[in-house]
Amino acid sequence: MKLPDVDYIRPKTLKEALGLLSSHGDDAKLIAGGQSLMPMLAFRLLAPKILIDIGGLAELRGIDIKDTGVRLGARTTWHDIERHPSLKAAHPLLAAAIAHVAHYQIRNRGTAGGSLAHCDPVAEFPAIVLTCDAEVVVAGPDGERVLAASDFVLGPMTTALEADEIIVQISFPAWPKARRWGFEEFARRRGDFAMAAAAIFYDLDGDQCVVDPHVGVIGDADGARRLAEVEDLLRGQKMTPALVAEARTVTEQSIHPSEDIHAPAAYRRALMGVMVERALAASAGIDLSKAAA
Amino acid sequence: MSRKVDITLTVNGQPHAHAADTRTTFADFLRDDLRLTGTHVGCEHGVCGACTVIVDGEAVRSCLMLAPQADGATVVTIEGLSEPDGSLGPLQRAFRKHHALQCGFCTPGILTTAHALLTQEPDASEERIREVLSGNICRCTGYVTIIQAILEAREGYRHAANASTAS
Repeated sequence: MKLPDVDYIRPKTLKEALGLLSSHGDDAKLIAGGQSLMPMLAFRLLAPKILIDIGGLAELRGIDIKDTGVRLGARTTWHDIERHPSLKAAHPLLAAAIAHVAHYQIRNRGTAGGSLAHCDPVAEFPAIVLTCDAEVVVAGPDGERVLAASDFVLGPMTTALEADEIIVQISFPAWPKARRWGFEEFARRRGDFAMAAAAIFYDLDGDQCVVDPHVGVIGDADGARRLAEVEDLLRGQKMTPALVAEARTVTEQSIHPSEDIHAPAAYRRALMGVMVERALAASAGIDLSKAAA
Repeated sequence: MSRKVDITLTVNGQPHAHAADTRTTFADFLRDDLRLTGTHVGCEHGVCGACTVIVDGEAVRSCLMLAPQADGATVVTIEGLSEPDGSLGPLQRAFRKHHALQCGFCTPGILTTAHALLTQEPDASEERIREVLSGNICRCTGYVTIIQAILEAREGYRHAANASTAS
């Protein structure tokens, strides 16, 4: 439906935006790409008195790739990420996950910071931020603070962002070239939200055993999260078809999917197991069709 | 409280200076204020793609954009895809030839999406075209004829791209 009655202002600098946010308090909502906020307004789930448009702040947009890792300005769009010539090499898991975010038209306006602030439980970006131990740089009236992903993402639609703060940057740790990874997602239609997805990565030691495994999933009722049980299973092991199959079983036992008109919980649980299995198989070059035979 | 803010923008080559209401989506602004009713409003929350327009070269959902956010933008709507004399443009002709529409409600959004895609990616594969069209809902055609029409029109965009690199 039509939007609720709302005022609009477009600051030119981050400082000006922070000042406006402080003076308007809870009456204000930030808008950048608007691809999550506009539907919320249209459904009248939110009724802020004023929208502060940070879409003009060039300082918040951009991708910076260094030996220390990948830094995304909060206003970087999905298309910026998709079209970047070297991001895929610098952080293949991030690039693979972002390829599943939303549809063409939305990808032109939707931003990394906006997705993270919105923190939809089935969105790809918050899940990747969590899985990769990224850091979130946040600006407030008293300057900047840096939060670990696990301290920032608190649950579905819930983050540690205060009402007077703006996400400035998301910073991913360096990605070793030899790192193994996999990303698998199942959605009813390309670009739709995930019904289930798995993002995994690990390194190998000299004996080809798994070091520091990270297993993140989308599709749990509590939102995106790491599966410590599966990580414990993989740690120190050689990646074999049998281990991958066991990881699928442990995944099914570890997650608590919700139930809705699209699928019952049992279906989602099985689907999640398959996503983890496929992502792990892809990371290790295991052909599941042959492994099953 | 909503209020009017003055914006200037270029739509289909025409400059406009207009007072836009702060609570108005860009889709409604195009239809109600500029009387460009070719842009259709379907779901009003970013799912159907009927309201797709091209803003600064990028296809966007005009229902997920506020009118004041279009300040300074260069915009192409469905009205801008026809020839200057009002006859059908090449993409539109291909749609007619292949019967790529039935009720026509989704068609403006699909044409603007395809135009933006082929302008940016004249070599877009059929798979890429199908992926991009996942953002536009058509309940009549089953998409097969839409894909056929876009693939045929793609040749024209390829020639245009080659001609511009050659010159």
